[in-house]
Amino acid sequence: MWRRIFALVKKELLTLLQDKRSRFVVIGPPLLQLLVFGYAASFDLNHVSVAVYNEDGGVASRQLIARFEGSPNFRLVRNVQSHAEIAPLIDNREALLLLHIGPQFGRDLTVGTPAPLQVIIDGRDSNTALIALNYVRTIVTDFNRAWTRDHNLQGPPANLQIRAWFNPNLESRWFIIPGIVGLLTLVVTMVVTSLSVAREREQGTFDQLLVTPLRPTEILIGKALPGVIIGLFEATLIITVAVFWFDVPLRGHLLTLYTGVLLFLLSAIGAGLMISSLAVTQQQGLLGAFLFLVPAIILSGFATPIANMPAVVQKITLIDPLRYFMVILRGVFLEGTPFHLLIDQFWPMAAIGICTLAIAGWLFRHRMY
Amino acid sequence: MSASPNSRGGAAMRLRGLVRKEFFQILRDPSSIAIAFLMPVVLLLVFGYGVSLDADHIPIAVVAEQPSGDTAAFVASMRHNRYFSLTEVGDMRAAETAMMAGRVNGIIHLRADFGRRLRSTDGAPIQVIVNGVDANTGRIISGYVQGAWGQWLQEVARARGEQLNTPVDLEPRVWFNSELRSRNFLVPGLIAIIMTLIGAMLTALVMAREWERGTMEALMVTPVAIRELLLGKLIPYFVLGMGGMALSVAMALFLFHVPLRGSLWLLTIASALFLLVALAMGLLISIIAKNQFVAGQVALVVTFLPAFILSGFLFDIDSMPAVVQLLTHVIAARYFVAILQTIFMAGNVWPVILSNAFALLVMALLFFAVVRRKARKRLE
Amino acid sequence: MGEGGYAITFARVDKCFSVGPRRVEALRGVDLTVRPGVVTGLIGPDGAGKTTLMRLAAGLLRADAGRVSVLGLDADHDALQVQSAIGYMPQRFGLYEDLSVQENLDLYADLQGVPPAQRAARYAELMHMTGLGPFTRRLAGHLSGGMKQKLGLACTLVRAPRLLLLDEPTVGVDPVSRRELWAIVYRLVQDERMSVLLSTAYLDEAERCAEVILMHEGQVLSHGEPAGFGRYLAGRTFAVEVPPDSSKRALQTRLSERAGVIDAVIQKEHVRLVLAEAIDPATFDVLHGLDYRPVEPRFEDHFIASLRKQQSGGGGNGTEVHASRHGDDGEAVIKVERLQRRFGDFYAVKDVSFDVHRGEVFGLLGANGAGKSTTFRMLCGLLPASGGQLRVAGVDLRRAAAAARQRIGYMSQKFSLYGSLSVTQNLEFFASAYGLSGMRRGERIAWALETFELTGQQQAASADLPLGYKQRLALACALMHEPDILFLDEPTSGVDPLARREFWHRINALAEAGVTVLVTTHFMEEAEYCDRLAIMAAGEILSLGTPTEVKAAARSAQTPDPSMEDAFIALIEQHAAEAAA
Repeated sequence: MWRRIFALVKKELLTLLQDKRSRFVVIGPPLLQLLVFGYAASFDLNHVSVAVYNEDGGVASRQLIARFEGSPNFRLVRNVQSHAEIAPLIDNREALLLLHIGPQFGRDLTVGTPAPLQVIIDGRDSNTALIALNYVRTIVTDFNRAWTRDHNLQGPPANLQIRAWFNPNLESRWFIIPGIVGLLTLVVTMVVTSLSVAREREQGTFDQLLVTPLRPTEILIGKALPGVIIGLFEATLIITVAVFWFDVPLRGHLLTLYTGVLLFLLSAIGAGLMISSLAVTQQQGLLGAFLFLVPAIILSGFATPIANMPAVVQKITLIDPLRYFMVILRGVFLEGTPFHLLIDQFWPMAAIGICTLAIAGWLFRHRMY
Repeated sequence: MSASPNSRGGAAMRLRGLVRKEFFQILRDPSSIAIAFLMPVVLLLVFGYGVSLDADHIPIAVVAEQPSGDTAAFVASMRHNRYFSLTEVGDMRAAETAMMAGRVNGIIHLRADFGRRLRSTDGAPIQVIVNGVDANTGRIISGYVQGAWGQWLQEVARARGEQLNTPVDLEPRVWFNSELRSRNFLVPGLIAIIMTLIGAMLTALVMAREWERGTMEALMVTPVAIRELLLGKLIPYFVLGMGGMALSVAMALFLFHVPLRGSLWLLTIASALFLLVALAMGLLISIIAKNQFVAGQVALVVTFLPAFILSGFLFDIDSMPAVVQLLTHVIAARYFVAILQTIFMAGNVWPVILSNAFALLVMALLFFAVVRRKARKRLE
Repeated sequence: MGEGGYAITFARVDKCFSVGPRRVEALRGVDLTVRPGVVTGLIGPDGAGKTTLMRLAAGLLRADAGRVSVLGLDADHDALQVQSAIGYMPQRFGLYEDLSVQENLDLYADLQGVPPAQRAARYAELMHMTGLGPFTRRLAGHLSGGMKQKLGLACTLVRAPRLLLLDEPTVGVDPVSRRELWAIVYRLVQDERMSVLLSTAYLDEAERCAEVILMHEGQVLSHGEPAGFGRYLAGRTFAVEVPPDSSKRALQTRLSERAGVIDAVIQKEHVRLVLAEAIDPATFDVLHGLDYRPVEPRFEDHFIASLRKQQSGGGGNGTEVHASRHGDDGEAVIKVERLQRRFGDFYAVKDVSFDVHRGEVFGLLGANGAGKSTTFRMLCGLLPASGGQLRVAGVDLRRAAAAARQRIGYMSQKFSLYGSLSVTQNLEFFASAYGLSGMRRGERIAWALETFELTGQQQAASADLPLGYKQRLALACALMHEPDILFLDEPTSGVDPLARREFWHRINALAEAGVTVLVTTHFMEEAEYCDRLAIMAAGEILSLGTPTEVKAAARSAQTPDPSMEDAFIALIEQHAAEAAA
């Protein structure tokens, strides 16, 4: 039995990797995408464009502005001279935010009444706006603290000391890149598996397979193993790049990580083969893969937290294998989560894998027309 | 008896014939209709409800080492905040375990001397730990905590009858989206991504299909000119794509209640322009690939993920490294996302719209020029 | 008309393609002319360059060297003008299957610029000519193979072209539709003075052309009237009677293995023999004791003779294909009783019953859509039956254990191999899939490479192989494990006459060795190779028996000695008449 499966696996790998073009499709884009997306996919803001409308011009106001200039997060683009200039600046996206310091600013500060600092921010991208506003708030809080200390004023009765665990600098790259590992592994396995049965059906070779003494289970294993091999290779490649190129810490155990990778591959391959054996033509297979891939990525918590989704949608995410893999990846990479805490993530993937593979195997023989 | 191949009337008749044929095919093949109309609906629903950056009811553990009136007052003030869902936990160990297990996203730690130091000159430290794994959520939480802390300071000052010392008082004003609803910017961005998919997928597959089924060879020996063939593909799918676009806009307005502050006709023109780019891209893919398998794979790789990540729909382009920023200029979705977000939320801001529309126009012309060069009325 | 009055002129035309790393010379210095107002046939084995020639004439390809002129226009420079003056029907005519007959016609009328006012009359004429009148609202995808082909022709003819190019218009079409297509072509030539260039794989069709161009490996071998071709073979063609103690197949095998014999084929009740120049039949020892009479040479004799000369040394006759086994012992290896298959409310197969004995070659004949392939798929266990009984080697393969499939070999219609794998890799894979290992696997692969003469092509990707090689490789894969029962689904479709002869030679040897062969075909002359056959139409068996019995049933006053094709047409017409009644 194993000899026959071995022959099948060899054939699958040969058809995939012998052709230069298809070899490139499997290896090239994922690596390129990891590099580009690794740099691109980040919620961190750098060089937020800031305009300043300083009606005061005193020392204190200039000190405050200097703090913005000194921050890597901000980039001063313009000094505004009149009210009329503000609206076009924001409308035309020349500046994301504008700091408005009123003429009374310096006097209010010395007298001890709160001096207002007006911030006008472009809310078109609400997430960027929110993050930028947080940066502004941090600078103002620091300025206030320094001012109270320097002028021996009574400080607030309690101070916040905020620390972030696992990712002290709150670098979103650390969060996104382990996610990309999952994303690309899924895309590659889908490309490898989702067309494998449909293509053989269209070319007639699947009939040829079915009349040999191969059992459906053997065909299933023979179709699934190449996916596992390529998926493992791809995942390892991406993990290596993540750790050594992007310097994402890998705090957990490799064994835990690879248990997750294997189970995830199982479920992804199951889904791919199920779609593939359901499809009569390659076009249907492709469409099916696509209709699985997009929601699977969106609902996985890759970019936006599952907790923010409505309750019904959260229920739907339970059948998304990528959801569990995301938790495992981020847990093992950043938190060093031990094996036993991830069991709740392992078994749903195994269950999804077994169900989809069983359905795929059944469909081999029962979907003919 | 035959009309000259070069006469005007002949060209119009041929084009009409091709367009009509394509429409018949679309009507009979449910999969094109599914791509054009079902996909926007499903994707908008999934994305629209699935993608949200607005966190509320964030689970937070509060550890008060020595519960007292002061700690209770602080916790009560935090509870007023709708963003948090607080759980009081006995000690730090329990709180840390809860965080490891993902049950809470943050810990607020009040030391045993909280009450005493509250009245000292340095003030009492409030330790806040957030889970930094999801950096964005972590940052949002710490922002919310800061806001809640400021509120609490005001309350304390008022209760003591003192003036709170805030040298500089921040007065943020958010334009265009004052509630900072992330759906308002995500849904327009999504429309751009969905249109990329529809445009490129539809045309990439249909052209490749003609090659595979052998119908292309039959078309090529008729007096039809290559530009008529291309137009014959473009017009029907343009109409179909605009239909999908209209459906998406309607869903954005009436289902997701995204405001439309700009004018509808401007939106229509911009969409038309973008759709041309997407269709041209699909045509190019299918002309080069000539089989559905490769065309589909290429369409998948070059359309969806780049549009998702590099268009500025989710991730801020200005914050990307310079090289990557340069790369985003070839992603048509980038320009369309900027136009959509502006027209929906800000209104007819001409400089933004014109510059991006110009970029789209250039891309469309470029793509069509390449398509025209690559498309030959020959079989090799 | 064009240059020197010719419809098409090729002057020293070369054309190369690159297939993978290889360069293929499709046409080499081709010089030819096609006369206006007649049917010119273009004949040659696969890869002779027929389709390339057609496409060059249609302005779809550009010649590397030389000049192609069509109706006096340069086919490269004035491609668009050429295309508006000619009609071209490619091998797989691109009908839009999801458009109705009428909509397909409208599309091509628009593309060809037929003025709306003239359409009604032209449509009526075309529909009458093709007999598609009652089906104008039907989707093209729901038409039978023959009807599709006729619709393709109608679409090509919506604007009466001055020159019609037809690339293998009759491949895969049943004899009835084939006859109708030819009737249409003759009418066009007669009534509209149209010039027709037609390529075909059916050699009997060559004799219906006014002129024939015989091509081989990109070169024109001969060009002239078909009747004139065989003249030099006069006195060398004979019909040999089958002696009572032998079978047609055994006689054919014996004759074809001899040096000096150019060709030996089964034709009706005798074996047709073509001898080499130097042989005198009276002194030729093989013919001793046999009854033979001289016959008129035909085009096919010339075709085989001239191609044999081209590839002398090849041929591959007389190789031992299979270890000898016991012959027919009367046991039914395949039993089918009242077999049915329904798709929705459509019966693809209804109440089909037959059995096949050990060592027998059993043929299933019929047009596309007659239910042959469906029956086949049910026998192989690829499709469940809706009703009835079937047994292959005593079991129903759909329910039997996987090991039972060890006994069968299956070769599907499209030579389904893994195109990106090389010849050796394909063989290795199928050997392992059938559970062969170690020494045995190595032996069988070596056997396959040698027997099927694939040695030179071991490393070539199977997708790049010429069709004849693909067919041999597919058969080799199906025989890796020495099956007792062989299922062949249209094994010769699209393959040229030479390769078909070779193929049947192998099948004969297998049957002699005791292998049971079930084969489907729509080449009527191949039916003569079968021990018994069933003619199917619309899912039913119309006639079942030995070739002689089937033909005898169709004997009538008009056709006292019917060929298998005559018998087939008679049966179909009779069936249609009964259905109408």
